[in-house]
Amino acid sequence: MRTVTVVGASLAGLYAARALRGQGFDGRLVVVGAEPHRPYDRPPLSKDFLTGKADEEQLALCDEEESAELDAEWLLGMPAQGLDPQGRAVLLADGRTLTTDGVVIATGAGPRMLPGPAYAGVHVLRTLGNARALRTELANGPRQIVVIGGGFIGAETASSCAALGHDVTVIEAAPLPLVPQLGADMAAFCAGLHQRGGVRLICGTGVAALHAGRTVTGSGGSAHDRAVTGVELTDGRLLAADLVIVGIGAHPQTRWLSGSSLALDAIDGGVICDDGCVTALPQVVAVGDVAKVGGIRAEHWTSATEQPAVAVRNLLAGRTTETLRTVPYFWSDQYGARIQFAGHRQDGDTVEIAEGSLAEGSFLARYERAGHTVAVLAVDRPRPFLRARRALRDPATDHPELSDPRSIRGPSGVHPRPSGHACDS
Amino acid sequence: MIPVCRLQDLPEGASVRIDTTPPIAVFHADGELFAVDDTCTHQDASLSDGWLEGASVECPLHAASFDLRTGMPLCLPARRALRTHQVTVDDGMVVVRVAADVCQVAEEGSAA
Repeated sequence: MRTVTVVGASLAGLYAARALRGQGFDGRLVVVGAEPHRPYDRPPLSKDFLTGKADEEQLALCDEEESAELDAEWLLGMPAQGLDPQGRAVLLADGRTLTTDGVVIATGAGPRMLPGPAYAGVHVLRTLGNARALRTELANGPRQIVVIGGGFIGAETASSCAALGHDVTVIEAAPLPLVPQLGADMAAFCAGLHQRGGVRLICGTGVAALHAGRTVTGSGGSAHDRAVTGVELTDGRLLAADLVIVGIGAHPQTRWLSGSSLALDAIDGGVICDDGCVTALPQVVAVGDVAKVGGIRAEHWTSATEQPAVAVRNLLAGRTTETLRTVPYFWSDQYGARIQFAGHRQDGDTVEIAEGSLAEGSFLARYERAGHTVAVLAVDRPRPFLRARRALRDPATDHPELSDPRSIRGPSGVHPRPSGHACDS
Repeated sequence: MIPVCRLQDLPEGASVRIDTTPPIAVFHADGELFAVDDTCTHQDASLSDGWLEGASVECPLHAASFDLRTGMPLCLPARRALRTHQVTVDDGMVVVRVAADVCQVAEEGSAA
């Protein structure tokens, strides 16, 4: 394999580039990125970046030295527009064609938009560009903000806006946010965090329409010249808003694959891969938010860092020689609480508070099925969570005698890392 | 010089966080005591809540790992080293000397 093209200069794309070099690939490495930036970390965008605690330099995922070591050609600000049916050529937005022997698809997911006109003052939060625009608006004095969507992005953004002194309301179409992720009991706890942060949460109603005022500047009359003034809910209420932030999920960015032979999942649109991130074409692998790996599409930071080492190993081998055996993990910081979750939850799992309590706002909860712990959730309990997460990954470490909160070492001191761990790359 | 706790209260495998600015974590690992900055150099997480493996600690948030002897990151996502601090046991009491103090003492020593 002489040339490998990584499409997506993202977290997953960068980890794929690192894995390629780390695993001895010394051919031509091209990284194609739709955004003009070198890879950066997205999780802080809704948190420390928005509140001004972190700057752009702190978001950078690689420095000049590492970039030089990777010896890659970076084609940034250059969206890919196509992949030929054999997966041997990537078509770029400027009309160029990159001939390649291997492809890593790491184009991520893009934010879902509300239907209707794009008024000024309506934001999404996915890219650095999105976050810069929102941060600028948030610096212009107190605003009335409506956040549409009570998921993690919506909650974190609402939390950051409230911390900056804005008046914030979150709208959630479901009876409670985060039920699919956490189950009803734990979702109810998290919903209560909004109130703790001084944010109103309105559940069980959708958005009927956005209202906008007259043109403020310019005379073009396009939607962009009209600023949003309110959010009309399906129950008839009208909420005044200077700013609207839409956080209603993301969909895999696969439009550029429409001419390829790759199959997309009928429900969520992810690129269908086997357990080793390999698509139907052995020289094309997919990682990160865009990939449906062994039936699971995870929009998790950790998945984007764990999948590439496995994907690249299989890419270089020309077939699936290794599969992912990791436990899904995500975290969220909101309203001063750190929420961490690991495992595979299903409806019907029972939830038991293993440490702490909901009342004190700090606890470890275990999700159990048929007598086994299948997932764990912690709020401000990082130490027992880490132990429980490792036990999910490697049941041999699950020793009750380690419940002493000061003891954080496993009994043997040896815990083989699962293959595909971030440290491999 | 910061007194931390009695050595007997910090058994092998245990850790303690000192609320200095920035906070410092003290570990009893691999038969030794180590003191390093508590906050992961990647993002805001307390390493004293981390997972010890030999003389290294894994961050509880994103699994960055650091060598406690040198403060050097052992794997991504961390890329910057932690400050290390001198830690001693004085009459059964664990004592940390913050790195900046060490520099100051060294300068005074060389001037004398």
